Amino acid sequence: MADIFTPNNMKFLLVGLRMTLYISAISLILSTIIGCVLGVMRNSKILPLKAVAAVYIEIVRNIPNLLWIFVVFLVLRMKSTQAGITAFTLFTSAAIGEIVRGGLNSIGHGQIEAARSQGFNAWQVLRYIILPQAFRKIIPTLVSQFITVVKDTSFLWSVVAIQELTGKATILMGRYYRVNQVFILYGIVALTYFIINFGLSNVFRHVQKRLGTW
Amino acid sequence: MGPFAWFKWEALFADLPQFFRGFGYTFLLSVAALALALVLGIIFGLLCEVQFAPFRAISRVYVEFFQNTPLLIQVFFLYNGLPLIFGLKLSVTTIGIIGVGLYHGAYITEVVRAGIGSVSRGQLEAGLSQGFTYTQVMLEIILPQAVRVMLPPLTNQAVNLIKNTSVVAIISGADIMFTAKSWSGWNQYYGPAFVAAGILYFVICFPLAKLATHLENKVHGGAVNG
Repeated sequence: MADIFTPNNMKFLLVGLRMTLYISAISLILSTIIGCVLGVMRNSKILPLKAVAAVYIEIVRNIPNLLWIFVVFLVLRMKSTQAGITAFTLFTSAAIGEIVRGGLNSIGHGQIEAARSQGFNAWQVLRYIILPQAFRKIIPTLVSQFITVVKDTSFLWSVVAIQELTGKATILMGRYYRVNQVFILYGIVALTYFIINFGLSNVFRHVQKRLGTW
Repeated sequence: MGPFAWFKWEALFADLPQFFRGFGYTFLLSVAALALALVLGIIFGLLCEVQFAPFRAISRVYVEFFQNTPLLIQVFFLYNGLPLIFGLKLSVTTIGIIGVGLYHGAYITEVVRAGIGSVSRGQLEAGLSQGFTYTQVMLEIILPQAVRVMLPPLTNQAVNLIKNTSVVAIISGADIMFTAKSWSGWNQYYGPAFVAAGILYFVICFPLAKLATHLENKVHGGAVNG
């Protein structure tokens, strides 16, 4: 057991963890921004905008994330880290676009009319009336999507050989052959993902509580 | 000589039966994994509702563990870990069914739990006071009503499950993804291979996703006031 928990091995895994967090964070920030734009476009009254968003969202989200990673890497010939970020942003922005659309739809039309009658313009209605309520509603689904991204970055080692957490752990498993060593390595990796994701879901549960539910 | 040159498409059309076999494999794997996930989801979902605290705890641990760790790690464990640690070697298909089934079973547990929670507790008490047993109340009163609420998220889960069966490609299961990967790895015609694979996934997932949205609108009657 002690032969696994050496400073070198831990450092090795930490470098992988940093890569996992880096790719997840960048992809999530970009996807959230693009997803919000797509969600609003999909609900807009301007037909071309609506159509573009609908086509993008439906095509991208109904094809596996893993396939998008292959496409970006092999067909578009991107370098591995950029390919990872691009593929995850491509897929997740569509997923978030759909989540945002659902959230926007859940806000009653009466509120929009009420606000418009009070002199709010379209942008103000969106900014002050719809988005804050929609955001609160979609937090749980959004967080579940965030967690999915963190988990699915584990595909990157097998497809584009990025040495993220799963990659580093797989390399280490190749160096140790005893049953308990491999078992411990699986435990470490699973626990690390678990801590990140369980933490993420609890932080956002707290945020949602503080925002209050109407 | 772009990635989508015509002769590459001709090669694809010639080998189309291979892709259809991959489609069949993905389809059957999805059906089997979904059946397992549903059984697990219903069992653990009902366990969430029982009085006996240890059962509720088991259900919680199951959901949190499988939702918060990557499917791929779970599949790797079944593929590489089990033979080494327990001397148990399963076929790739079995691993696909068990891995994807266990993983989505956790998500379906949450769907079932929310569905049961959507039916008012008073009905359970009313049923019990009328002499129904707990099982009868659940099966005959609560679940039929809960199903209406559960159907849209269940359909969404089915879509996610189908997409996630693609992980078996990483352990060489003969699904759509693996067919595209190995066929194009051999002749380098990546463009047509991934377009074909994308279309094959899309034709199953898109109608189901549309159905989920339709069911959702039916349950909520369109927009609800926030």
